[in-house]
Amino acid sequence: MTRQARTDKSFPAAGGQPAAAPEELAILGIGLPAWNRLLLVAGLVALVVLPFLVEGFTTFQMTQVAIYAIAILGLNLLTGYNGQFSLGHSAFFAVGAYTAAIAMNHFGLPYLLTLPLAAVISFLVGFAFGFPALRLEGLYLALATFMLAIAAPQLLKFSLFEPLTGGAQGLVLMRPEAPAFTGLDDDQWLYFISVIVMLALFWLSGNLIRYRIGRAIMAIRDNPLVASALGINTPLYKTVMFGISAAYTGVAGALSAMVVGFVAPDSFNFLLSVALLVGVVVGGIASMRGAIFGGFFILYIPTVAESFADVFSKGLSWAAYGVLLLAVIYVMPSGISGLIDAVIRRIAQPKQAPRRTDPAADVATAGPGPSNREKK
Amino acid sequence: MMNRTDCASCIRATLAATVLLAATGAGPAAAESQGITEDTIKIGNIVPYSGSASAYGNIGEALKACFAMFNEKGGVHGRKIDFISLDDGYSPPKTVEQARRLVERDKVAAIVDVLGTPTNNAIHDYMNRKKIPQLFVISGAAKWGQPEKYPWTMGWQPTNSAEAHVYARYILDTLPEAKIGILYQNDDYGKEWLEEFRDGLGDRADALILAEEPYETSDPSVDSQIVKLAASGADVFVNISLSKFATQSIRKANEIGWKPLQFLNSVSASVGSILEPAGLERSTGIITAQYLKDATDPQFADDAERKEWEAWMDKYYPSGDKTNSFNVFAYAGCHTMMHVLQEAGENPTQESIMTAAGNMKDVAIPMLLPGVTITTGPDDFYPIETLQLVRFNGTFFEKYSDAIDVGKP
Repeated sequence: MTRQARTDKSFPAAGGQPAAAPEELAILGIGLPAWNRLLLVAGLVALVVLPFLVEGFTTFQMTQVAIYAIAILGLNLLTGYNGQFSLGHSAFFAVGAYTAAIAMNHFGLPYLLTLPLAAVISFLVGFAFGFPALRLEGLYLALATFMLAIAAPQLLKFSLFEPLTGGAQGLVLMRPEAPAFTGLDDDQWLYFISVIVMLALFWLSGNLIRYRIGRAIMAIRDNPLVASALGINTPLYKTVMFGISAAYTGVAGALSAMVVGFVAPDSFNFLLSVALLVGVVVGGIASMRGAIFGGFFILYIPTVAESFADVFSKGLSWAAYGVLLLAVIYVMPSGISGLIDAVIRRIAQPKQAPRRTDPAADVATAGPGPSNREKK
Repeated sequence: MMNRTDCASCIRATLAATVLLAATGAGPAAAESQGITEDTIKIGNIVPYSGSASAYGNIGEALKACFAMFNEKGGVHGRKIDFISLDDGYSPPKTVEQARRLVERDKVAAIVDVLGTPTNNAIHDYMNRKKIPQLFVISGAAKWGQPEKYPWTMGWQPTNSAEAHVYARYILDTLPEAKIGILYQNDDYGKEWLEEFRDGLGDRADALILAEEPYETSDPSVDSQIVKLAASGADVFVNISLSKFATQSIRKANEIGWKPLQFLNSVSASVGSILEPAGLERSTGIITAQYLKDATDPQFADDAERKEWEAWMDKYYPSGDKTNSFNVFAYAGCHTMMHVLQEAGENPTQESIMTAAGNMKDVAIPMLLPGVTITTGPDDFYPIETLQLVRFNGTFFEKYSDAIDVGKP
């Protein structure tokens, strides 16, 4: 009973995956499903056009946002949808990054092939860790995964693995170059690779969540006892989710290694785990699109905080970050995604309502209305 | 109907724009002399203002104050220095991001005094690919002096190799029966240092070294390492630790009553930020190697350069700590940069800046010790190669040996 109360409270946005909006709701006379399609198309066009409109550095940053979004989505699958906490995702990120770096440097594997390899190896590591994690709940699981996060950088420096990992010096990677036929520069090329991988992984997890597995893992989150009683193989689903979550984060790590062109143990410290968790919460727990907002947050807010802190002292940037984070959590308790949903709920109205309740307004907008719409 | 045609044409327009932009994007790179305008030269810098190495953030503040002084005097060839300093928290991926921000967004002419070995490592290839000078790297690694492979990168301070060899030579000459215990940071920096030190001891290394204890930058303290070193029976302590770990190691050694002859790596030999937190009493007797004048040393009380430095501190950096050697370091580093810009000609380019940096002949820089000058050449990218041993007497480092020129490592 207490457990049920606790898990319920931890997930105010439970089931936050936007359910199909009721057909009759509309904004500016356009139904919500149509808006969804419109925004999706606009978003895809923006993704394609963006790297041609901005300078290389911004493209590089957008690439990092996409990479963080993948990692945050991975953590969200585990924490938001399945109710398992992890402070150890920096370790899975490191596994992916080092898999890519070692495969490219020592075995000459083409960089694109390192992505599925990173996914598989991270999945196995995550799946293996999922077994002991089965016995742990809530805070205990958080502590166990925390151990992973602090052990990973030390293991990477450990002298036994040094011939492979490069030890504390890390490994310098050959940065992937854009094939000549694309006419893209290297930044744009890496951007498109990352965005395509991100879209594919979002599509996959959308399918995962929408169907049987998704319902099963959410049932486990909401009430594990009832879930087992209904015949859901709880241990299997939990460990598999750990593996899938680690695989997502590992792919993000592999992409990150390519984009930065350098891996070193100190890049994958505990702060990265915390940053990913912050991304999950700020973006919106159990919200897929929230992962993208989370990616933007963890990339840009430290920089914003730095310029804020500049006014007083450079050394206060993390304090400024804390203030910004508190402000965001206070204003948007269910994340950026939750805020958007709330705004939509406020401005959306039944499709036919204006005509019936306010004939005067109807007359006033009747003429220009449709043509306005057409221009859009 | 109208809708359809509109949209079709807008798709065509978008495609056309996309192709056009792709074509221009693939065009030639930016102009050669980026960051240099009629009246400014943009100089970038990255140091850790946050994180475990944040004590070094001070260098960025001091550099800023020093360039402000030069700007007030009229800059160089009529150009003012536009100095931009960013925080990387000593995390390599963040250094890459900040370096790209400086080079691609702020369009700096050069970056100067970026702190750290792994951090500079992460941007080494990038800076050379972009052909933007990466000058006076704050790291004693030898790899910053490879003009044939990395013509856009240059160090400044004596290499760790030079320093390690000076200590090794001193120990061999005066303490042939030393029992040595070593604490080192388990990274690029610490391991290279240790290797060079062993190299300096030659075939006596295994006989003289009793214990080697590594620590990780993520460790909360180095207490257990110090206890182990003391238990090994060592009477010479070679302390290759940085920042807070240097402070901790000095304090812990004293607390447990271990009183070896201590050699502290020079990057940590700062009275204000390392020794004072550890306790001046506890730090007495520590030996290190120097190439900069110690502002707290009374032998320089009437020194003209020191007085000028003090006047600068008072006027441009009043909040700075005059006992902190980083303020001397940054002051000398900034003077070296200004010398290079002066020599780079009326209309400097990235090339002429590197040529000037690689063509310094016995250049005297304020606050370098007597006998220490900067000399570089097209195939010698190691600006300072002379060191002098000094000993902390409770208030300042006093002279312990003459300047020793160890030449190229």
